[in-house]
Amino acid sequence: MHKHDLGQAARKFAKVCEILEKYDYKSDKLVPILQAVQEEYRYLPEDVLAFIATTLDISPARIYGVATFYSHFALEPKGKYVVRVCDGTACHVKGSNPLLSEIRNRLNLPKGKTTTPDLLFTLETVSCLGACGIAPVVVVNEEVHPLMTPGKTTAMIDDIMEKERVGDEQFA
Amino acid sequence: MKLAALMQFLKECDMNSENNLYINGREIAIESEKNLLEVIRKANIDLPTFCYHSELSVYGACRLCLVDVEGRGINSSCSMKPEPGMKIKTHTKELRDIRKINIELLLASHKRECTSCVKSDSCKLLEIASKLGVEDVRFKKSLMNKGIDSSSPALIRDMDKCILCGDCVRACDEIQGIGVLDFANRGSGAVVVPSFGKPLGEVECVDCGQCARVCPTAAITPKSDTQEVWNVLDDPQKYVVIQVAPAVRVSLGELFGYKDGENVTGQMISALKHLGFKKVFDTSFGADLTVLEEANEFLGRIESGENLPLITSCCPAWVKYAEQYQPEFLGNISSCKSPQGMVGALIKNTLPEKVNVDKKNIVSVSIMPCTAKKFEITRNSAEFKDVDYVLTVQELGRMIKEAGLVFGELEPESFDMPFGFKTGAGIIFGNSGGVAEAVVRHLSSNLNGQDATVSDVIELRGSNGIKRKRITVRERQFNIAVVSGLKNAKELLNKIKSGEESYDFIEVMACPSGCAGGAGQPVTHNSETVAKRGRGLYETDKMLQLHNAHENPLIKEVYESFLETPGSKIAHELLHTHYKSRKRFEGGISLIQSGEEKKKISVCVGTSCFVKGSQKLLNRVVRHISVEGLSDEFEVSATFCAENCDKGPTVVVEGEIINHCSFEDLKKKIDTFRSE
Amino acid sequence: MVMNSLLDLNAIKTDYQNRAKNVTRRIIICAGTGCMASGALKISNEFKRISTLMGVQVETELKKEETSYNLLTGSGCQGFCQMGPLVTIEPEGIFYVKVKPEDVSEIITETVLSGKPVERLLYKGNISGKSCKTQHDINFYKKQTRKILADCGNINPEDIEEYISRGGYEAAKKAVTEMNSIDICQEILNSGLRGRGGGGFPTGRKWLLAQKEINDKKYVICNADEGDPGAFMDRSVMEGNPHSVIEGMIIAALGIGADEGYVYVRLEYPLAVKRIKKAVEEATKLGILGDNIFGTDKSFMIHVMEGAGAFVCGEETALMASIEGKRGMPNPKPPFPAQSGLFGKPTIINNVETLASVPGIIKNGALEYRSIGTKESPGTKTFALTGHVVNTGLIEVPFGTTLREIIFDIGGGVTDDEGNLDPDGFKAVQIGGPSGGCLTAQHLDLPLSFDSLTSIGAMIGSGGLVVMNKNTCMVQVAKFFMQFTQNESCGKCVPCREGTKQMLALLEDITEGKADEHTLEILYNLGLAIKKASLCGLGKTAPNPVLSLLGYFREEIETHVMQQRCPAKKCKSLLTPVVIEEKCKGCGLCIKKCPVGAISGEKKQPHYINEALCIKCGACIEACRLDAISEGV
Repeated sequence: MHKHDLGQAARKFAKVCEILEKYDYKSDKLVPILQAVQEEYRYLPEDVLAFIATTLDISPARIYGVATFYSHFALEPKGKYVVRVCDGTACHVKGSNPLLSEIRNRLNLPKGKTTTPDLLFTLETVSCLGACGIAPVVVVNEEVHPLMTPGKTTAMIDDIMEKERVGDEQFA
Repeated sequence: MKLAALMQFLKECDMNSENNLYINGREIAIESEKNLLEVIRKANIDLPTFCYHSELSVYGACRLCLVDVEGRGINSSCSMKPEPGMKIKTHTKELRDIRKINIELLLASHKRECTSCVKSDSCKLLEIASKLGVEDVRFKKSLMNKGIDSSSPALIRDMDKCILCGDCVRACDEIQGIGVLDFANRGSGAVVVPSFGKPLGEVECVDCGQCARVCPTAAITPKSDTQEVWNVLDDPQKYVVIQVAPAVRVSLGELFGYKDGENVTGQMISALKHLGFKKVFDTSFGADLTVLEEANEFLGRIESGENLPLITSCCPAWVKYAEQYQPEFLGNISSCKSPQGMVGALIKNTLPEKVNVDKKNIVSVSIMPCTAKKFEITRNSAEFKDVDYVLTVQELGRMIKEAGLVFGELEPESFDMPFGFKTGAGIIFGNSGGVAEAVVRHLSSNLNGQDATVSDVIELRGSNGIKRKRITVRERQFNIAVVSGLKNAKELLNKIKSGEESYDFIEVMACPSGCAGGAGQPVTHNSETVAKRGRGLYETDKMLQLHNAHENPLIKEVYESFLETPGSKIAHELLHTHYKSRKRFEGGISLIQSGEEKKKISVCVGTSCFVKGSQKLLNRVVRHISVEGLSDEFEVSATFCAENCDKGPTVVVEGEIINHCSFEDLKKKIDTFRSE
Repeated sequence: MVMNSLLDLNAIKTDYQNRAKNVTRRIIICAGTGCMASGALKISNEFKRISTLMGVQVETELKKEETSYNLLTGSGCQGFCQMGPLVTIEPEGIFYVKVKPEDVSEIITETVLSGKPVERLLYKGNISGKSCKTQHDINFYKKQTRKILADCGNINPEDIEEYISRGGYEAAKKAVTEMNSIDICQEILNSGLRGRGGGGFPTGRKWLLAQKEINDKKYVICNADEGDPGAFMDRSVMEGNPHSVIEGMIIAALGIGADEGYVYVRLEYPLAVKRIKKAVEEATKLGILGDNIFGTDKSFMIHVMEGAGAFVCGEETALMASIEGKRGMPNPKPPFPAQSGLFGKPTIINNVETLASVPGIIKNGALEYRSIGTKESPGTKTFALTGHVVNTGLIEVPFGTTLREIIFDIGGGVTDDEGNLDPDGFKAVQIGGPSGGCLTAQHLDLPLSFDSLTSIGAMIGSGGLVVMNKNTCMVQVAKFFMQFTQNESCGKCVPCREGTKQMLALLEDITEGKADEHTLEILYNLGLAIKKASLCGLGKTAPNPVLSLLGYFREEIETHVMQQRCPAKKCKSLLTPVVIEEKCKGCGLCIKKCPVGAISGEKKQPHYINEALCIKCGACIEACRLDAISEGV
């Protein structure tokens, strides 16, 4: 990029620059930098990644490689509620698969998709949240739900949807 | 005295045996090898490898070079340091079984179309499978059907043939310092892709092809233009001529059983005539021409003191690299076209009259050791290209075989005039340091009045990535640098930027050791082949009568008849070009679908806007559009981030930003568009 | 800030104890992830609210009050997760389980004010029915030897001064003021401490390798990337007693000559991340970390880095690659991290539990450490006991303890799928997570230690113990682990990337009845090849569950392959169709359709399918017009 281009791009990505500044523009801090960017943007937009590559003087292919290696990084936007079903050994043994099917059905998620079209829910599996004593476990955003059953799971989803619907009506 | 010598000898033997290890029970001395694999290979045991290249970093992933070290178990020999006393076994039953299973696993997820694959005569996977005696693949086929990427003018990627050895990744990163390719995803979904999974032609690749050179399979290969060339050869209307690069004549023979580096010019020209090319010219002629034009340009800059150092322009991968990454040096690059370009231009401008054929029926083809030359010919968007098709040496080999010619038995023939006569200066362009040496010879003989000897230019020869030389011409000193490999180029340019070093003339070649090591050359797994080709070129030079470009009588004739002098107006028109900054990525703009052009509504759902209710807004707008039946006219999407965070929720409708957007605002905007 | 005198830990200790003098009773609420999920925060808030209403003074921080008051704090995971929320009242140690907000007022009135237990909230032994007043009366706790976890259940993990008041950071101070690096490494070597992350490599030996490297930059890394599904020991230590880990790192740094360290924590452990970051902050404020630690001329600073969701980053070289900003792909060893590690510098990487063991060894000596455990595996080990067992949770026992003691004495016995005690229900226990193998009834009396397990082809691993009852299909278990490993494979080396994929395909064939007589042989040979040829530990141990299955449950897997039958009735594709008698009208259509004559029955009478003859083709199910044949779930 020309220096001139870099200046313009920098103005557009002020937030990203803040993050890069905080980590001293060090390319070995790439993982925490991407974590901070994802925290800010809720996912990793392509043009932001390209910008980071230029600023840190590493190839964009390398950044793409790092972003796609770690499960936590999302290159597509996630929903407002990220539902994580733990599929660790203990949870699996106590029945995490039925929970997954239940949620998929309830949300009408098409095969291969993990986020609902209205960007309300994203469904993910996590391998072991370390809460094995209260298996099976489902986490919604930061909230941990213990000893889940398919019934409890549906109720939880319904609660959230109700809350959102009520909120919508208030908005109208 | 004798006794003393004997004692000394025995002592040395003793000392040496302290530096030995044992391979399959045999004692082998450790010398300066980097790793255990090299010691084993020195002992004439060729352990198979995919991911090991002596010029690249150790990766340790293919697990074929495993050996059994007593007391330490099984480990990869490429990553272990040789230690005295080690007891190594290279082919126990366990190791043989492991290697077989390893290959079977690769074959199970490989697109096995070996009989029609372009690398069927040089694929390492095929070779190793055959050597190891793999007879049966006991595992399920698991092809991912990733498709073929033919977006680049120079290279083709077929990821169903990729074995994920990572050689291309490391070559592009460590030799060229660019890193176009890297691994993406994880586990069995891992692939080697350019950034964001884009096609190769849309990213920062400079087409040098070093990735293809190191690829053990046909995952990346030079693009083939043989069909197009056959078509023009078959077309009776067309008058097809060809020019051949210097480095081709010392490598083509490898495909027909000749020794590495042997000069097969005579048979090569004969073969080309058999194939149907009406005239066979020599790019080395263009190289001589380049020397004159560039030396003239150089002296001009010396006089004005501007735009120094002069940097060579004959390597198209270097030029693309500079346009993308080193824009501040674009003014330093010589405006001379490459020898290919110059010969092409002369062909198109003088041949029609000479052979009485309409210009539009002249087809100019070239044989190059290089893949980037296929990109170079696309630079010229004029009606008549200098060169219409570029064929690599690999492609020429295939065409010769397809025609059934018995290469070794052909009667030798010679190049056609006038563009077939060259001096040794033109020939050595195929080596890294060759261009610089040719220019030095010219300055020395033309200005200093004495021919340069080999010892004068010896520092410019050899396989070092960065070579430096100071010469004196007419009592003035010039600093010359020769770089091969773009990572080295970057390093040198950085030193120039910082003022640490300064040069007057720099030759840059993207391929290590220069064009002789280009990606279009025949595939070789022998690390000495390139050096032998280079030697072949220097020997050819020696056997020619003239060694200085300006002595070429046919060049003089070309100037006298119409080019006038080096750097003249007509010379500039035909033989010079210009450069421009180039962006590294395409895309980012969504394609407009055929049919209606939908009006775009983008709702920002970044964190701040989210908090302010943009997700609800998105929901309502989506419902509104579908309820009102507007989905043919409007397209709603969620985007991140409109960078208007303190004024959210932010919605962009057809490029217009609406801050603090409510559903009513949005509805009003939609209605405005509908009424238009 | 240069301290011109050594840090006075005793002063802090005395100050804390003075402030603690006026506490009448202390209410400790378990605030580990499990109890938090079950509502520990609500309980805590309820205590605050009700005590205010009742006019009972309950503070959440130590105060320099002259009058007596009660203290309310949270602790790290107490390990009894299924019984949470857990409340303990000190000094009596009265231990309440499954506490609800509506119980709080009674607890305050009876226990906090009068020291009397509330009977109904006490734990009742599941066999004897006896009430247990304190933790020490409960078998689950009684039979353990809690050393690493000792303070996890009672101290406030966010209070560095409480840690110091119990003798914390004394070992680190001793190490920095009285010992040199060789002394430190030697003491650890003499203690016989072995890596608790799974490798079991002698810690002292690792440290000595790094200590003797001459380099002005060295690193200490705490591997808190506890990715094993079913393991949460490290999490508990980090949440419950983060300072013990930091103290261990300081001593390690002094042992090898490092001035910088990293704690690499899984991001799936947000509470652990928070606690360790806070602990680092507090330690830095007191001058225990940073420049001039404890007022000496030595420096040591710790960075906390979160993982990004890759199990393979628990492998040393992959972890270092991640810290260096790259894909977490392992590198060949040698070179070993102790010689060339992070950024090419000598580095030691130790597990959380290993580091948490270090202060005790320096403080009390190597001999004391060796007094528990076995000769080749001294000390204790934490285990996460889960699965079909009455008491699931976090436990700690000396090496040498048998499986029988763990599962039946501490765990309370095996349960069926509904959670009821089943005295004959034991089938197997999975040890070591996806890298480990199964242990069966024949191993119940094996004293657990690093070497005893490797001698039978298994490994301790990180310490996950999943108990499986009779209704478990061992093939499904192996498949589950293989799926996990396949998902987490980094993809670099051929044996692991392609091999585990093919092993999974073979296992799927087996569970779907598509296997043939060659399948098991191929599976076995492939497993051996992957074990030997893989680049890193993930690949090398990936085949273990399958090899263990082939070794101990040969018959079960052969039944799947040869008879296409799943004895535990868990493999859906292998289930036998069964006639639902109430629905069957005896029309005989299915008998006609059955290609092997496996169905019999009189006209108008319910028919019957002979399981032994059935080939599971599904023709009868399709033919039946009354939906009277189920797939036999």
